Amino acid sequence: MLKMTHLSKVYRTEVVETYALRDFNIDVKEGEFVAVTGPSGSGKTTFLTIAGLLETFTGGEYHLDGVEVSNLNDNARSKIRNEKIGFIFQAFNLIPDLNVFDNIEVPLRYRGMKAAERKQRIMDSLERVGLASRAKHYPAELSGGQQQRVAIARALAGSPRLLLADEPTGNLDTQMARGVMELLEEIHRDGATIVMVTHDPELAARAQRNVHIIDGQVVDLAEEPRFHAHAAAGNRE
Amino acid sequence: MFTYYLQLGLRSLRRNPALTALMVMAIGFGVAASMITYSVFRAVSGNPIPGKSAQLFTPQVDGWGPQQNLKGEPAEALGYIDAMALMRAHEAKRQTFLYPVQLSVMLGGSRDLPLNANGYAVTADFFSMFEVPFRYGGGWSAQDDDARASAVVISGKLNAKLFGGADSVGRTFNLGGHDYHVVGVTSQWNPRPRFYDLFSTNGFADEPDIYMVFSRALDLQMRSGGRNSCRGSLSYTTWQGYLQSNCVWITPWVELDSPAEVASYRRFLTNYAADQQHAGRFGWAANVRLRDVMQWLDYEHVVPPESRISLVVALGFFLICLVNTIGLLLAKFMRRSGEIGVRRALGATRREIYTQYLIEAATIGLAGGVLGLLLTAVGVSGVGILFRPEIAKLARLDVSLVGLTLVVAIIATVLAAFYPAWRAAHVQPAWQLKSS
Repeated sequence: MLKMTHLSKVYRTEVVETYALRDFNIDVKEGEFVAVTGPSGSGKTTFLTIAGLLETFTGGEYHLDGVEVSNLNDNARSKIRNEKIGFIFQAFNLIPDLNVFDNIEVPLRYRGMKAAERKQRIMDSLERVGLASRAKHYPAELSGGQQQRVAIARALAGSPRLLLADEPTGNLDTQMARGVMELLEEIHRDGATIVMVTHDPELAARAQRNVHIIDGQVVDLAEEPRFHAHAAAGNRE
Repeated sequence: MFTYYLQLGLRSLRRNPALTALMVMAIGFGVAASMITYSVFRAVSGNPIPGKSAQLFTPQVDGWGPQQNLKGEPAEALGYIDAMALMRAHEAKRQTFLYPVQLSVMLGGSRDLPLNANGYAVTADFFSMFEVPFRYGGGWSAQDDDARASAVVISGKLNAKLFGGADSVGRTFNLGGHDYHVVGVTSQWNPRPRFYDLFSTNGFADEPDIYMVFSRALDLQMRSGGRNSCRGSLSYTTWQGYLQSNCVWITPWVELDSPAEVASYRRFLTNYAADQQHAGRFGWAANVRLRDVMQWLDYEHVVPPESRISLVVALGFFLICLVNTIGLLLAKFMRRSGEIGVRRALGATRREIYTQYLIEAATIGLAGGVLGLLLTAVGVSGVGILFRPEIAKLARLDVSLVGLTLVVAIIATVLAAFYPAWRAAHVQPAWQLKSS
């Protein structure tokens, strides 16, 4: 589903080159639930933005759903984002001027979907996250947990092949975080492929597989036991 | 998607209301200043006879010579001798000669005081050459010219006063002590500027009341009711003496349909002036001009300089308003970098973001246009502060100006939004989402 091979991302200035990702390799199979962990500045979010085609990479290869994406133009990348990828952000990133219904409608509008189908999909996804009665509410009228559920509903409405979640519970209290996590597990059980960046070892443990990033590279935790302690320290990113 | 973007644009007007209000005011005041001054400029600088302006020419022959002419230019009208010579030669397909007259009109019975009527003594082709519209009847014939007929064409306005607006063709009324029969009643016709008589008017006089037969006016020894320009010491005491003098007061027009006809007529004018030199009447080389309508308006400086200057100043003001609008739009759009990042992440292309923000700018432009329209309506009624009364009264808010105000406001704002929308479309979604 998602395969990066010898991928690198370099930020260059006149005086210095900084490797955010270096010789980065990862292979996420269809239907997997992968947690990506690592300390602050390790490259977790850079990996996620490249995976989500929000950022280009400097070298290597990236195949998404069998398509090599490095040479795609803006239109093609946008189309893949719209049709194949669902994003869940730590800060929810709902548009404050739009009510819940209109927020979920945004990706469907860009897909050029008819109004009736949009409405059906929006109501289905709201049912799924248990917020059907809040369709006309604005984000500011909802709790953090509810806002994140709306964001998940927005990600699900387009029936994506891949869900990318960046610290989905980072802004939530324990109870709300548990609810969101249970929702993600349920979505995974229904067949979705999920890649979740988190600093929380408890959440990471609930995923099928853990990938640890340090200094822009994937490391094998079994060979580097000291990283267990590092990850458990709960560095935020 | 256009409707969706329009909805987003209208919704966005309510966001940052202070910023929105500033932009709407900048556009509104800018477009209003431009439209008010443009309404005057349009009235004074338009083509008064668009379909034929390139075929109508006014011939000039220098009868004064280099010592007395207008810095090398022939007089703006002809004297009697030259006018009659050109008339008799009849070198053009159509030609007319005219001069302004003022007469008193006696109303029916003896109950009312006579009216003053302004008009022109013209030859028969005047009506067809200048496409004068008629409500009743028409002009007179060349035979009427030859017969010095007492035919008259009157304006719809005078017809309303004299005959209650009824079809008065064939009716008779008293004009300056003589009876005339009506052959035609014009519909509203007052081309502005009045290209055919810039010698006696500034181009913006009220609609003439009457048109009478040129040869009859001469027969009755009617002096010009307008300008009369002479050179040197004047010694005439009789009408015949006046006709033989160097005074100019008759405006000639000819209709020439092709460049060949224009060249031919120009040769004719030159030859005529040369003949006058050989005959000893002119002591100077041939000096003639043949200008079409727009060249004539330009030569006569019909557009008042204050109109041009005020338009330039207003456009400069509008430009400054737009530059400010660019800054305000940039601030408004870039405040929403986070939203742009989200939209990009959810599948919006750069083109879609660009289009969304241009349409949002268009909604701001529309709001500015509506404000500009209100300000233009107020301003048009107050242009008398800047312009002479006869010019100021030409400014009016008609349907075309309403449409133009809205279109200019929208297009100008969309143009101003090109750069801010481009910046918005190039927001890096990854940076926005990382920073949030």
